[in-house]
Amino acid sequence: MDNALEISGLKKVYKGGFTALKGIDLIVKQGDFFALLGPNGAGKSTTIGIITSLVNKSAGSVKVFGHDIDKELEKAKSFLGLVPQEFNFNQFETLLTILVNQAGYYGVERPLAFQRAEKYLKQLDLWEKRNDAGRMLSGGMKRRLMIARALMHEPQMLILDEPTAGVDIELRRSMWEFLRELNQQGITIILTTHYLEEAEMLCRNIAIIDSGVIVEDTDMKSLLSKLDQETIVLDIDKITEAPKLDEFTTRLIDDHTLEVDVKKSQLVNHVFSQLSAKNINVHSMRNKSNRLEELFVSLVGSGQNVNQESK
Amino acid sequence: MSSKRNMIALKSILYKEINRFMRIWVQTLVPPAITISLYFVIFGELIGSRIGQMGGFDYMSFIVPGLIMMSVITNSYSNVASSFFSAKWQRNVEEMLVAPVPNWVIVAGYVGGGMARGILVGAIVTLVSLLFVDIQIHNIWVIIATVTLTSATFALGGLINAIFAGSFDDISIIPTFILTPLTYLGGVFYSISLLPEFWQGVSQINPIVYMVNAFRYGFLGISDVSLTLAFSVLGAFIIILYVIAMTLITKGIGLRS
Repeated sequence: MDNALEISGLKKVYKGGFTALKGIDLIVKQGDFFALLGPNGAGKSTTIGIITSLVNKSAGSVKVFGHDIDKELEKAKSFLGLVPQEFNFNQFETLLTILVNQAGYYGVERPLAFQRAEKYLKQLDLWEKRNDAGRMLSGGMKRRLMIARALMHEPQMLILDEPTAGVDIELRRSMWEFLRELNQQGITIILTTHYLEEAEMLCRNIAIIDSGVIVEDTDMKSLLSKLDQETIVLDIDKITEAPKLDEFTTRLIDDHTLEVDVKKSQLVNHVFSQLSAKNINVHSMRNKSNRLEELFVSLVGSGQNVNQESK
Repeated sequence: MSSKRNMIALKSILYKEINRFMRIWVQTLVPPAITISLYFVIFGELIGSRIGQMGGFDYMSFIVPGLIMMSVITNSYSNVASSFFSAKWQRNVEEMLVAPVPNWVIVAGYVGGGMARGILVGAIVTLVSLLFVDIQIHNIWVIIATVTLTSATFALGGLINAIFAGSFDDISIIPTFILTPLTYLGGVFYSISLLPEFWQGVSQINPIVYMVNAFRYGFLGISDVSLTLAFSVLGAFIIILYVIAMTLITKGIGLRS
């Protein structure tokens, strides 16, 4: 299967000397649902900007479905749909105008563009607002409008830069479902997000970028399998001090909340059996943090080390 | 295939641009009509009646072509300057930059939008002027050619201004400090043959002199400069400004980081 995206030795040095990318390599397979994660200022948006030609690269190459952006930029662009982080549509134009004009930039005739606009506005629950100006929409609606706009030319690859930022959880979940359906239809999706739960739920492969360097590039399962310890939080009967459990580290957070560190090789059953033996009832249990979040924090820490070494 | 795609993209930009100034017609189409009416009342009726003839025509008839041209220049320039800068400021210019739209299509689309407004305002001002004076036409093709080339020249100028502009103030500096003085000194209200020889020489470097005079020739059949020279100057300006605009957009000046 062809690669949807091939990035090789990509560097970006901004005016003033700030190096945003230090020669990254990245491959995204066709049909993939790919997460590009990293802290603020890591280089995610610069990478996306270069792929979509909004940022000029300093060195390296980018191929979109085999088309080099240096040699066949227009061809490469025709495969891409972009949902940027910032709202970047004309605030005074109506939703229909925004969508139909955008389709026109890709050579879609107006009658077909109107059909597609209706389809995507209905799918994204914006049809009732079709004649409203963009500025009249709520934040969540604006995000959905940008997704509809990116789909108007039916791209083979969709790049979403923080698509669910500031969106409430109910809407976020409906957007996840919509993106999953698009991916099932064969559209390659690249997603950057701050919600690591989002990446874990949606994406099959993942790259983590930090300080302009890719510190991890693997599939989600392999990455999560690297996590050798999780912390579970138990809501328990009132106790005054943390119980000592064989082979487990415990911490009493308050008189009803106990944290227990569980290694990958250990069974949670043993926690419960030991607590039962001590007559401590457990009312509920949850993970202290998202699994990916724990890995992310540890990897980004090592990324900083890489950065320091490369200076 | 790509030429068809480019044509559809060009039509989309033109549609967007024309739709923009038509949507805000009270700000874009009405003010020139009011301004020009005031010019006719003050310079034509009140002062013009005391001036007598200029270039063999009554003063009102003499200034009509210049006033129409002044509206065309101002509107074709300001349309592109404000629309393109607004697209940069709201970042919706990125809609075109991420799409497979060649740079010449972006330039042609915005310039076409500016020309459409310049020519439409020119037509409105012409209609208003009919209320004050009988307009005669000496050569319609010279009128059409001059208004087309002039609106294209200043639409390109407005685009270059918008590319460099970093704030809304920056798109009013050029019209205020360069365009308006050049227009007023471009022979709209007088024949440059009335000027002392030195100032006649200085006027030769003002491109608006050529545009106003070629346009006046189309209506009245009189001009202070030769038509060949006038169209050569217009052609040269369009080529130079187009090359500058294309270079700036290709390099991504003010558009790509």
